[in-house]
Amino acid sequence: MSILSAVPSAPSDVVHRRDLLPSSVPLRFLDSDGHWNACGALFQPADHELVALHRAMVIGRRFDTQAVALVKQGRLAVYPSSRGQDACQVGSVLALRRQDWLFPTYRDSVALITRGLAPVEVLTLLRGDWHCGYDPYKFRVAPQCTPLATNCLHAVGLAHAARFKGEDTVALVLLGDGATSEGDTHEALNFAAVWKAPVVFLVQNNGYAISVPLSKQTAAPTLAHKGIGYGIPSLRVDGNDAAAVYSAVKEAAESARAGGGPTLIEAVTYRMDAHTNADDATRYRSAAEVELWRTRDPIDRLQGYLVARHLLDEHALAAVHAEAEAFAAEVRESLSEDACRDPADLFRFVYTEPTAALRAQNAQLAAELAAADHG
Amino acid sequence: MAELLERTGLPAARPVTMAAALNQALSDSLAADDSMLILGEDVGTLGGVFRITDGLAAKFGDHRVVDTPLAESGIVGTAIGMAMNGLRPVVEMQFDAFAYPAFEQITSHLAKLHNRSRGAISLPIVIRIPYGGGIGGVEHHCDSSEVYYTATPGLRVVSPATPGDAYTLLRQAIESPDPVIFLEPKRRYWSSETVQLDRTGPAIDRAVVRRSGSDATLISYGGTLSTALEAATAAAEDGWDLGVIDLRSLSPFDDETVCAAVRRTGRAVVIHEASGFCGYGAEVVARVTEQCFHHLQAPILRVTGFDIPYAPPTLEEHHLPGVDRILDAVERLQWNDTVTPPRDRA
Repeated sequence: MSILSAVPSAPSDVVHRRDLLPSSVPLRFLDSDGHWNACGALFQPADHELVALHRAMVIGRRFDTQAVALVKQGRLAVYPSSRGQDACQVGSVLALRRQDWLFPTYRDSVALITRGLAPVEVLTLLRGDWHCGYDPYKFRVAPQCTPLATNCLHAVGLAHAARFKGEDTVALVLLGDGATSEGDTHEALNFAAVWKAPVVFLVQNNGYAISVPLSKQTAAPTLAHKGIGYGIPSLRVDGNDAAAVYSAVKEAAESARAGGGPTLIEAVTYRMDAHTNADDATRYRSAAEVELWRTRDPIDRLQGYLVARHLLDEHALAAVHAEAEAFAAEVRESLSEDACRDPADLFRFVYTEPTAALRAQNAQLAAELAAADHG
Repeated sequence: MAELLERTGLPAARPVTMAAALNQALSDSLAADDSMLILGEDVGTLGGVFRITDGLAAKFGDHRVVDTPLAESGIVGTAIGMAMNGLRPVVEMQFDAFAYPAFEQITSHLAKLHNRSRGAISLPIVIRIPYGGGIGGVEHHCDSSEVYYTATPGLRVVSPATPGDAYTLLRQAIESPDPVIFLEPKRRYWSSETVQLDRTGPAIDRAVVRRSGSDATLISYGGTLSTALEAATAAAEDGWDLGVIDLRSLSPFDDETVCAAVRRTGRAVVIHEASGFCGYGAEVVARVTEQCFHHLQAPILRVTGFDIPYAPPTLEEHHLPGVDRILDAVERLQWNDTVTPPRDRA
């Protein structure tokens, strides 16, 4: 028997799953001019859902600008703005139900605000008071992930456990274009597909991983193409169209809930601000490029449509902006007081019960602080 | 009551290998807790490359004994998500060096999430890692990787040295609310002991005295504990009375038990097969010296593997600490400074 004949031939039943591939152009309802287009691949959100998306984006944007201002005032250590990605932040979260879980990154503060978390708790990490400032179980939001891509695996595990326990839970994980190069993203896509885990992967492709453009990040035709190798249906949507993001995430979540397994969604968007306040974006992208994306603003786009359709009038618009201003005031007020920082907390949560060595170190620090007080 | 029944219902002492004891601990834990599951490569149908999970998939189902895709970061990362949602995963890493792809998930997430979330998230996960050499394994199959984990706050790190303790420690590790790195000395898998398997015993964070002695204390764990005991037996023929401590828990460290023994003897040798430089023994020597200085008659010595990547199979015998190397160290404990060496006593 020759070596060649010992090689198993390719199975004849390999299915060419073109249905797993993304569309040739990003799916969208609303173009940059606010014109509504039919998008047969996605269900159409109801009018009241569009109004809710607009309201949440206005509030989220106001939170974002307030946080940027707080950094300049020295009240936050650092803040990665998501300005420009508002439709992704809001559209994805509003598509979730209460029993679903969100696995965010450090750039997803607006998503957390949209989920209902208190601003002071969301900003605890960026204020430097603790690593995670909220109880993840209260709103079903995992701690914000800073190493990138690692949260994808946590989402898959949590979602698989939900199925194991017979719970009706879907996990939505947020990641960026840079994170799609990390190994954990690929392991997570593979595990999710093999286990048919109810997970939605939303890649916010904002064009840059800090300074590195997508062209240096991948040679794939699109990031959504990465799903097919794992047997995962993948969509590419206009990430500045809140209706498209909302609809795509909602459909993917419903499919996951019905046992259809994971979906990968690439949302094409843009980060209007620098990576963080410590970054200088003029070193790696042109003003013309930024200006082009300014014309694609997700809030202006939806607002123009809602006004044209008389779903939003001047009065309602003023009310939304007043609500956003009141929220910004609440953010300022809640951060005006210094957080209660107890050095003993450094030792309290390392293990379920502090070890003898940690108790001794806590006592040592307490003695040092007491001596300093009396000194 | 259930406890009493379980204890009185235990079979009498019988010969058992460490591999069988670990298998029994996993089986008993799966039976006791519906939220526990096993994840790993080849752990299901095959029963693991060392057969530690033999028969468990057939008994408990492949939804509880899960053959995962071949990706260690994926295994640990998904285990973290499962634990966040109330499950109690026990992960098998196939070999020591094959656990390295999971390093970020272990150090940045498994070890820290309880602290990051101010105690809201508990991760009762056990990561079983067959570690160390002595089995003729080729490269990447024989690493002693303990200090990577002991250097990471938030992890418990334990290593059993006997079949009976393998059962006890694994049951304790699975019941622990903290994440546990469970290092299995693979060259002891086939060692046998006549013992009654019992989930009660010394607490998970305590060392035990395996042999008491008055002249010097040998401190070891895992794969080299039996070598230390052999050395103590050989030394006894020469009239030396050596004690042997089995650390069991590498993190946290049981200062109390170890220091009490060293204070009695005034002399100690730390033995492990991992490299000596920045090795676990360095920490043992430092903290025992800090706490027992005035009781010491000699510097504490280390007998460790050389500072080399693990040796190829035909040369590993030169690398691994053996009885002679331990006895040489005992001889170098400056016996002539203060006392007559035991062998010279009339």
